[in-house]
Amino acid sequence: MADVNAVDAPPPGPARELWRAYSMSRGALLGLAVVVALVALALAADVVAPHPPNAQYREFTLARPAWADGGSARFLLGTDPVGRDVLSRLIYGSRLSLAIGFISVAISLAAGVALGLVAGFVRGLTETVIMRAMDVMLALPSLLLAIAVVAILGPGLVNAMYAIAIVLLPHYVRLTRAAVIAEARREYVTSSRIAGAGPLRLMFAVILPNCLAPLIVQATLGFSNAVLDAAALGFLGFGAQPPTPEWGSMLASALEFIQRAPWVVTFPGLAILITVIGFNLMGDGLRDALDPRLKS
Amino acid sequence: MALLAIEDLTVSFGAAGASALAVDRLNFSIEPGEIVGLVGESGSGKSVTALAVLGLVDFPGRVHCRRLEFAGRDLLALGQEERRALLGGELAMIFQDPLASLDPCYTVEYQLGEALRLHGSEAERKRPKARRARALELLRQVEIADAPARLRAYPHQLSGGMAQRVMIAMALAGAPQLLIADEPTTALDVTVQAQVLDLLVRVAEERAMALVLITHDLAVVAQTAHRVVVMYAGQAMEGGPVPAIFAQPRHPYTQALLAALPEHNRGRARLQALPGLVPSARDRPDACLLAPRCPYVRGRCVDEPPPYAGSPERPARCHFPLDSTGRPGRDWLAAAPVAGTAP
Repeated sequence: MADVNAVDAPPPGPARELWRAYSMSRGALLGLAVVVALVALALAADVVAPHPPNAQYREFTLARPAWADGGSARFLLGTDPVGRDVLSRLIYGSRLSLAIGFISVAISLAAGVALGLVAGFVRGLTETVIMRAMDVMLALPSLLLAIAVVAILGPGLVNAMYAIAIVLLPHYVRLTRAAVIAEARREYVTSSRIAGAGPLRLMFAVILPNCLAPLIVQATLGFSNAVLDAAALGFLGFGAQPPTPEWGSMLASALEFIQRAPWVVTFPGLAILITVIGFNLMGDGLRDALDPRLKS
Repeated sequence: MALLAIEDLTVSFGAAGASALAVDRLNFSIEPGEIVGLVGESGSGKSVTALAVLGLVDFPGRVHCRRLEFAGRDLLALGQEERRALLGGELAMIFQDPLASLDPCYTVEYQLGEALRLHGSEAERKRPKARRARALELLRQVEIADAPARLRAYPHQLSGGMAQRVMIAMALAGAPQLLIADEPTTALDVTVQAQVLDLLVRVAEERAMALVLITHDLAVVAQTAHRVVVMYAGQAMEGGPVPAIFAQPRHPYTQALLAALPEHNRGRARLQALPGLVPSARDRPDACLLAPRCPYVRGRCVDEPPPYAGSPERPARCHFPLDSTGRPGRDWLAAAPVAGTAP
């Protein structure tokens, strides 16, 4: 028969295909390495960190980092104004940052996908109501909106996560809706309807899996946004409260020593920077690997 | 009794005041096991007719029908749940672009299994093993080589011909009494076209399944169908058994279509074509729709719409149907010409 060509070996699975495309970019691999290292540090914080995060060594306040004059190997990155080891606090802080990123992205992804699916599938008045509400949220600067939400809920780490989830929400809704509208027109959706699929099955089992690629990318990029926003809220005093070793609040609590003891401010800032860059590189790499238009 | 009976099916799109007619008072019926060709050019309402029968015309489309019955059931009165049970089961449809009609996220096995879980036998609905066996059997019935390997394939790993075979297998999963095939071979290359058509006809004959072939290709109809309905601008122009229509068309439009076939134009520099354009769906003459393009137009043609009449075997929508000489009958000679033109 003309349309048969023998293919005996199974074609490469989607996972292997994705890895092949992903590993072509050096930046993406670097991002992945940073993310993996962060996750490992966060998981092994109890073992890796040289000191407990909140232990104060009163005789060593504002100790210099190990390589500076007068620094000691006991406090590799120095100590903060109340004598806590900066390195240990950063390591424990990675737990918080990853948790914030993960939880707030999970909340806004779940809610955003549900709202976007409904808006894109039902259309009409429902869509207008949902999308205009999202436009209102987008019209406010994200940090201002987060502060407003925290002001209503009260400061604290958990409330900061909710605030960040709400700030991220419109992006997921818009992205999902656009993808759903594009996919709903495709013929396989009609042929599913002809096979007798109901609206819920069409939305979640037929259309949603085909919209996942941009959502995965947005979720990875949203992760770094969440880390950044959490740090900003912590810096302003609306997020994690002292003595929690959160990177943003570490920055804020040491601000007045920026001239005398720059390391107290520099290292939390660097930690935020590296984390955000790592996740952004990974997100970009994923986008390139998942977007069929960019494939050769 | 007819398997599918359509009386006065009208489908329009747009607001009530400024609506555009896509299908205009269409009548036809299909007997069990019959293969009917629905022929017409692009935009003549073939696909919309199929979607209307399946109840899949969405807002802003509106469907009116005096009678729409399938296997003795009134499709118009059917509830949402009953309709879903019917679709993909006794009433199935396949599309023009098979690769776009398969969900790119799932394997062939999953999609076939899904169809079987909804519309298969008792054992197939309950047991995955039975579904897998039946899926393999269906793939073999549609003549896919190396069926076990194809079960694991994703749609992008299939060729167009294979994908259409998979679509046919999925449609057959519910043991349909009627399969509507909307341009099933248009997206395929010529050698595969013939294979897929042969397959459709063989399957229809084996299962005594009725088949509606929607196509713009008269050659496809000539090869496969028992009966044909010719559509033009949303109206049925002529209907009847395939040999009779091909031998002696009664409607000038059918005659023009046949004359435009390359086979009838050997040795000519240009294909014969009908001058003019199809009237747009918004601006339809309130008379014979073909009148502006018809070589035999008379005054009566632009004044009053012709009925879809003639013998029940061979109805035609024309005031002056053609006779066996390929010319209009005697009353045409006596009829007044269009006002303001030379006779």
